[in-house]
Amino acid sequence: MSPPRAPFQGPVCPTPYGDTDRVQLGHGSGGKMSAALLRDHFLPRFENPVLSELGDAAVVGVDRGELAISTDTFVVSPLEFPGGNIGALAVHGTVNDLAMMGAEPLFLSAGFILEEGLPFEVLDRVVGAMSSAAVEAGVTVVTGDTKVVERGSADGMFINTTGIGLVSPAFRPGPGKAVPGDVVIASGPIGCHGIAIMAVREGLEFEVEIESDTAALHPLVSGLRESVGEAVHVLRDPTRGGVASALNEVALASRVGIEMKEGSLVIPGPVLAACEMLGLDPLYVANEGVLVALVSPDRAGDALASLRSHPLGEEAAIIGHAVEGHPGMVVMRTGIGGNRVVDMLPGDQLPRIC
Amino acid sequence: MRYLSEYRDPELARALLGRITSTATRRWVLMEVCGGQTHTIVRQGIDQILGGAVEMIHGPGCPVCVTPLEQIDRAIHLASRTDVIFTSFGDMLRVPGSETDLLKVRAEGGDVRVVYSPLDALELARRTPEKKVVFFAIGFETTAPANAMAVWRARELGVKNFSILASHVTVPPAMEAILESPDNRVEAFLAAGHVCAVMGWREYEPLAERYEVPVVVTGFEPVDLLEGILLAVRQLEEGRHQVENQYVRSVRKEGNFRAQEMMLRVFEPVDRSWRGIGTIPRSGLGLREEFSEFDAEMRFRLEAIRPSEPSECRAGEVLTGGIKPFDCPAFGNSCTPEHPLGAPMVSSEGACAAYFNYRRHQMATSSRAES
Repeated sequence: MSPPRAPFQGPVCPTPYGDTDRVQLGHGSGGKMSAALLRDHFLPRFENPVLSELGDAAVVGVDRGELAISTDTFVVSPLEFPGGNIGALAVHGTVNDLAMMGAEPLFLSAGFILEEGLPFEVLDRVVGAMSSAAVEAGVTVVTGDTKVVERGSADGMFINTTGIGLVSPAFRPGPGKAVPGDVVIASGPIGCHGIAIMAVREGLEFEVEIESDTAALHPLVSGLRESVGEAVHVLRDPTRGGVASALNEVALASRVGIEMKEGSLVIPGPVLAACEMLGLDPLYVANEGVLVALVSPDRAGDALASLRSHPLGEEAAIIGHAVEGHPGMVVMRTGIGGNRVVDMLPGDQLPRIC
Repeated sequence: MRYLSEYRDPELARALLGRITSTATRRWVLMEVCGGQTHTIVRQGIDQILGGAVEMIHGPGCPVCVTPLEQIDRAIHLASRTDVIFTSFGDMLRVPGSETDLLKVRAEGGDVRVVYSPLDALELARRTPEKKVVFFAIGFETTAPANAMAVWRARELGVKNFSILASHVTVPPAMEAILESPDNRVEAFLAAGHVCAVMGWREYEPLAERYEVPVVVTGFEPVDLLEGILLAVRQLEEGRHQVENQYVRSVRKEGNFRAQEMMLRVFEPVDRSWRGIGTIPRSGLGLREEFSEFDAEMRFRLEAIRPSEPSECRAGEVLTGGIKPFDCPAFGNSCTPEHPLGAPMVSSEGACAAYFNYRRHQMATSSRAES
């Protein structure tokens, strides 16, 4: 039996839509294919009244007060990695930047640059993860944009997100607010995100798979705000450049020295092993689900308890102190009693030869 | 982590330190040969805690640091060619050549890739037959066997588009050159553990005998280094000059025979120029005649390149232990990890970078005290 034939519909453009399992340049044309891209791949996942209006801009209501706004662009390769994908990262990265200013994240914009040829199944997984991450973080994606570029002009896809959050007037941590005596707390084990990415890129396999720690941190921040409030002077999420770079930024901005104690950081065994093999220092490896807080010494115990009461902060630990000496510089006390400067890196960490 | 954390144990380290200071009756001058050891010493502050008992001077054992400028310029020349994929270990990419470096070549469109093994470069050559894949084969006896293996496999598999830019160096001739120097201050050596894992330690016996200098084959962790230092200090105090092995968990006297065999089949000793030091006879490894088709210098007919070193850079004296990095006027001024004048400022195993990265605190404190 021959397959049923489609009824004749009159002359149609002979230019085929082609296979529809991949993004094509036409999906960025602004025409029907663009509309279909939105209808089939984005809107169902981000569904909310503001976005569904499809206006040129989102109109949202907020209470009176101050807003925090942050934007970040995500270009991670590979797009999918153990523990997450670029979509989850694009939500977490931006809501975490808001949270580090003490803001409660409310709205997100999402801009997508898609490379021609990107399989829709990948796009759908990414957008799906993004949607779940947004729901979990309690933010609404209220506006967005998609562009398609020729094959070779992007690496699968790039995502930009901008977040808007509400700042509470009584809780305003900032990078320049550390004072000598502050206790430095890390909320969890470090190095997981960077090593998870590196392991996929380099084709490394470990007995235990290392998963990215990508997560929204504002629940931890809410806990800190409620338990110790203004005693939190600084919050940072040590993403690119790792804990070392984040603490250097704090030391410079606050004109304090920071002393760390080797061995106080929680570094998972597989991360340590990978760093040994690759010649990397876990202090400089990126994290996406860890925050570093500088807290008044008299409230440090409460801050630690608050972090540890949340699953993301179970392994929170004190990793150092702000000091008056060597302002702008981070110094590590080594296990055997020496000390060294923990500087920012001039560029990327390059694997050592031997 | 097993086999690692026990060699970083602070208690054990302090106990060893106590034994070193109680054994030494005067300040001995030791050289650790390998850059990996320099990295641990400076990073952990071992030289600081040794205090008056021992002065550590940092030897020429960082392969990145001693790779001569002309070879880096050749690498840059090859990497700039549109028909070449240039592959290298990561930390060679930032080493400055006469005018540029491999990272900048990559930014300008050169196909430069980091690999973790020469066999990955060979595999790349098999996958991209339309390109010529060149691997920058640098390093001591540690990396030479694997690089030899890649060339051997390339010949076995008939891979015609693979070649190596060989710049291998070997340790014993460099130690001899240091001992021969009229300015030499080294009284004992910590030999590089991983080099000895490949080569064994027989070849150090004539050196120890002739120059009456203790040699202790030493590992790379703090406890290894302190134990190696203790063994060397004991020999010096007792007037002995033997080759001892601290790194017994990795090194056997005869070394790794199969690795040596592969190296000798593919490479032969050649005179080699060391950056900042000059040419040391028979201190390098070059491809044997029968493997010349895999020699990038032959294949691409690389002409003699005569580079000029920045005159301020005193890398040679640093690499031979003549001066400490901060004795160089360029250190931290015109020469920083962002803008290195010489290779020891580039590699994390280079003495200058180690001092810059880990010791500015101390230097800042001492300069404040002076002012």
